[in-house]
Amino acid sequence: MRYDTIIIGAGLSGLAAGIRLAMFDKKVCIVEKHVEIGGLNSFYVRKNRIFDVGLHAMTNYTPKGVRSSPLGKLLKQLRFSHDDFRLCQQDMSEIRFPERSLRFTNDFEFMRQEVAEKFPDQIDGFNKLVEKILTYDALNLDDGDRLLSRPVLESFISDPLLIDMLLCPLMYYGNAREGDMDFYQFVVMFNAIFMEGFSKPQGGMPFILNLLAEKFKVLGGELKMGNGVKTINAKQGTVGSVTLENEEELATEAVLSSMGYVETLNCCQPEVPETDACERGQVSFMESLFVVDREPRDLGYDKSIVFFSTQPRFDYKVPVDLIDISSGVLCCSNNFQYPEPLEEGLIRLTNLAHFGKWDSLPRKDYIAAKKECRAKALDALFTFFPDFRDNVVFLDSFTPKTIKKYTGHINGAVYGSPQKIKNGKTPVKNLYICGTDQGFLGIVGATLSGISMANLHLLR
Amino acid sequence: MTMEDVRQIILSILADIAPDEDISSIDDNTKLRDQIDLDSMDFLDIVMELRKRFNIEVPEKDYEHLATLAGCVSYLTPLLKDRQLAS
Repeated sequence: MRYDTIIIGAGLSGLAAGIRLAMFDKKVCIVEKHVEIGGLNSFYVRKNRIFDVGLHAMTNYTPKGVRSSPLGKLLKQLRFSHDDFRLCQQDMSEIRFPERSLRFTNDFEFMRQEVAEKFPDQIDGFNKLVEKILTYDALNLDDGDRLLSRPVLESFISDPLLIDMLLCPLMYYGNAREGDMDFYQFVVMFNAIFMEGFSKPQGGMPFILNLLAEKFKVLGGELKMGNGVKTINAKQGTVGSVTLENEEELATEAVLSSMGYVETLNCCQPEVPETDACERGQVSFMESLFVVDREPRDLGYDKSIVFFSTQPRFDYKVPVDLIDISSGVLCCSNNFQYPEPLEEGLIRLTNLAHFGKWDSLPRKDYIAAKKECRAKALDALFTFFPDFRDNVVFLDSFTPKTIKKYTGHINGAVYGSPQKIKNGKTPVKNLYICGTDQGFLGIVGATLSGISMANLHLLR
Repeated sequence: MTMEDVRQIILSILADIAPDEDISSIDDNTKLRDQIDLDSMDFLDIVMELRKRFNIEVPEKDYEHLATLAGCVSYLTPLLKDRQLAS
């Protein structure tokens, strides 16, 4: 038995690619080392509660009937109806800095108005920037464009505060690079977050993942769980098979890997000499989840998501210490327009974190550090927001070390390498990558990555 | 297969590809792209569905014949005329 394609990783990109291939009768098998599907956007269970990881919200919300948007394309290509995803839109989100706040909704004109009111001397520049974004072809799969965002933004906007405020959400939700952001990535994220917007699926990540996995299986796809790929066997620059951790060898015509670019090359046997596009990702996060005893809005938390900086300048980089408490993301799952209120209040707090520092801690110190960092992050938060410590009924945190353990990403780098391989090609002829390191990020982005790489390399 | 059979097949492929669309209102002589927002990814799907269902290959140079429903019918009917409609 020889597969047409083996897909490595049952995250969103792998599942989406699998659906596309199985839809057209390819013999396809997805191998996943973890026992749960989802990869970077998965879920876990603690004390009978299911928590999503990765998902604060889905970006790229567009209403039913819009076909040309990323979400519209995704639904069409995977043959789902908009209703199948059961998306519930956000109420309102906010970017909060010491002296200024910008609110935004899924209606971009609201945000434009906010900029006009809060930064009256910048609105003309902002509008010109929006014009540039609208005409910029960010989805071009050709590599080579290495334009950075800050210089472009500075050519339109003269107030550094507004530049930082615009970058803050876009960086937190999709930037693998420290300090600055590739401009095409900025455009992708600007569209995804400000022009389109946030929603959450009713039922969270498990619901979306099961929807995709079920479709994949119904179409005849095969899914192997809890059995990772040990080696990708690529003699003379061509893959012939993969060997799994249990020594099973699967013959295949091609491999599509969502492990990450360097992670994939590291599995190749014989070794593939590294190419210049091998920059390793560094950006990772610590996240704490707080189940509270009432609706977050009754505690003074009425926004869906708040991107905040407690300092006048926002710096997106790996902290020197375990975590950076001077900025973060606050997400209240309850503040989305669900048909029924959620059973419990849930507040999530995300801060930048340093993988190496976490990874080198002995077990005992690691547990203590989690507690300490969580307390520090809350202290910083409560200089800005109402205190909810007395209302917490359950809490849990995960760190870059946790992310590395479950996703295999080097350095627990959530957004992978800063160098994206947009065309998905590797030095090995029939080995392609999809997912984080191909460059479309977020839930919708990852799914489209799987779709477009399957279409481009494996279906023609 | 008759021309009407072929027409129904194309409509069923379009219904699969675009589940949210109202397929019944499609005009035979207006470009599909302008009626139901088909992009190049979707044309690839039409071509691949034809390959999957009937084992016919549409070369890329012939994609232009698939622009309208009427175009699809006149291009595909000769290729499918000897086939039986699957029951």
